[in-house]
Amino acid sequence: MKAAPFDYIRAESEAHALEVLQQHGADAKLVAGGQSLVPMMAMRLARPSVLVDINRLTSLKGVENAADAIRMGACTRQRDVEHDQGLRSRLPLVAQALAWVGHIQTRNRGTVGGSLVHADPSAELPLAASVLAARLHLRSQNGVRVVDAAEFFQGPMFTATAETECLVAIDWPVWEGARTGSAFDETSIRHGDFAMASAACQLQLDEAGVCQRVALGFGGVDGTPMVFPELASQLVGHRITAQAAREIAHSASSRCEPGDDIHATASFRRHLATVLGERVLLKAADNARNASH
Amino acid sequence: MNDLNRLVNIRIAVNGREHQRAVEPRMTLVDFLRDELGLTGTHVGCEHGVCGACTVVFDGEPVRSCCMFAVQADGSSVTTVEGLAPERGKLSPLQDAFCEKHALQCGYCTPGMLVACQSLIDRVPHPTETQVREAISGNLCRCTGYKQIIDAVLYATSQDASHG
Repeated sequence: MKAAPFDYIRAESEAHALEVLQQHGADAKLVAGGQSLVPMMAMRLARPSVLVDINRLTSLKGVENAADAIRMGACTRQRDVEHDQGLRSRLPLVAQALAWVGHIQTRNRGTVGGSLVHADPSAELPLAASVLAARLHLRSQNGVRVVDAAEFFQGPMFTATAETECLVAIDWPVWEGARTGSAFDETSIRHGDFAMASAACQLQLDEAGVCQRVALGFGGVDGTPMVFPELASQLVGHRITAQAAREIAHSASSRCEPGDDIHATASFRRHLATVLGERVLLKAADNARNASH
Repeated sequence: MNDLNRLVNIRIAVNGREHQRAVEPRMTLVDFLRDELGLTGTHVGCEHGVCGACTVVFDGEPVRSCCMFAVQADGSSVTTVEGLAPERGKLSPLQDAFCEKHALQCGYCTPGMLVACQSLIDRVPHPTETQVREAISGNLCRCTGYKQIIDAVLYATSQDASHG
């Protein structure tokens, strides 16, 4: 349970970190909060020979409000985001998701970008990023490219990030307009454990309570977070009734291929996704109706 | 070529005292505290961020000291369970309350529990039961039971303890 030997390089700047990545390729690994990577190194599931520490790069930290999106530096601590008041009003789904991420001790170190690039299929932030169609900024020595969440998550612990790239920022689209609501829910053995299944939803209603826009996703029930834009769009133009929510959640979960393991069977995970999917649709609709603006 | 055996000089203030050492980069902060500084109050449980036994206060916030390397803590300040008591031979009010309410049995999780709870009390002097539960949600106890631990924190932060 001790990490294999490695050489440690504290990045002085983004350019320095990228230079080291370019030089060492797959032998090098970036460490941010280390809440996933350090345990993986302890178990020797990860064995980088060069560890590039980007924790002190202030250029990778902070939350910026733009008109239609919130930009987060990849190395922003989860705890700082959780406490950001602006986020609760403009990006409630992320605030709701963070309440399920690990514990106080891990959120104090863990970063937003770290959770995204780790890409655990049952993790909360990748699900929120998928549902909100976040845009991820990947920087290498060749410049920056922007990848949509839908293309970013490619498999369990596997993303579009190249060996020479560093996730530097995340743009979270903000849904403008009144009566927008969101909800996040999950089932795990104990709070803070990995989810057996999770669901997230954001939707927008008109004055009459008719759905105008909706996004729904599941975590923990496939190799990546799953979103269902076409299915969910069937709710547009309708009221979010319990029956409609259940039908959509059921159709969505039947499109997932969960794994079987010691914690839950595949069919139980699929069942959980249906139940959680219905709940988040109804809860998000409630929140949209109660939204003050 | 990488030099995997390279030692790195670090300076860390632990419980108010500066320490300087040359360490292997792969040494975790908890191993540094225990093996280099002899501060064995901080316990090593799972070594992969699950049990919370190794919780220390790092630059003002509770973190798991098994989930970071000592080199990363260079220039930082750390408070361990040894730093909670006001002086040698005395206990802090929270530690007293742990004794009073029988909040420890085998004692393995106790350092992590104490540090996590003290961090809470430092932020919220009179926490609710829900806040206490949340504060220790990342700390596993396998024998005492959480009830007495929660009772102890509530007792330490209530009027009863200060008059007792």
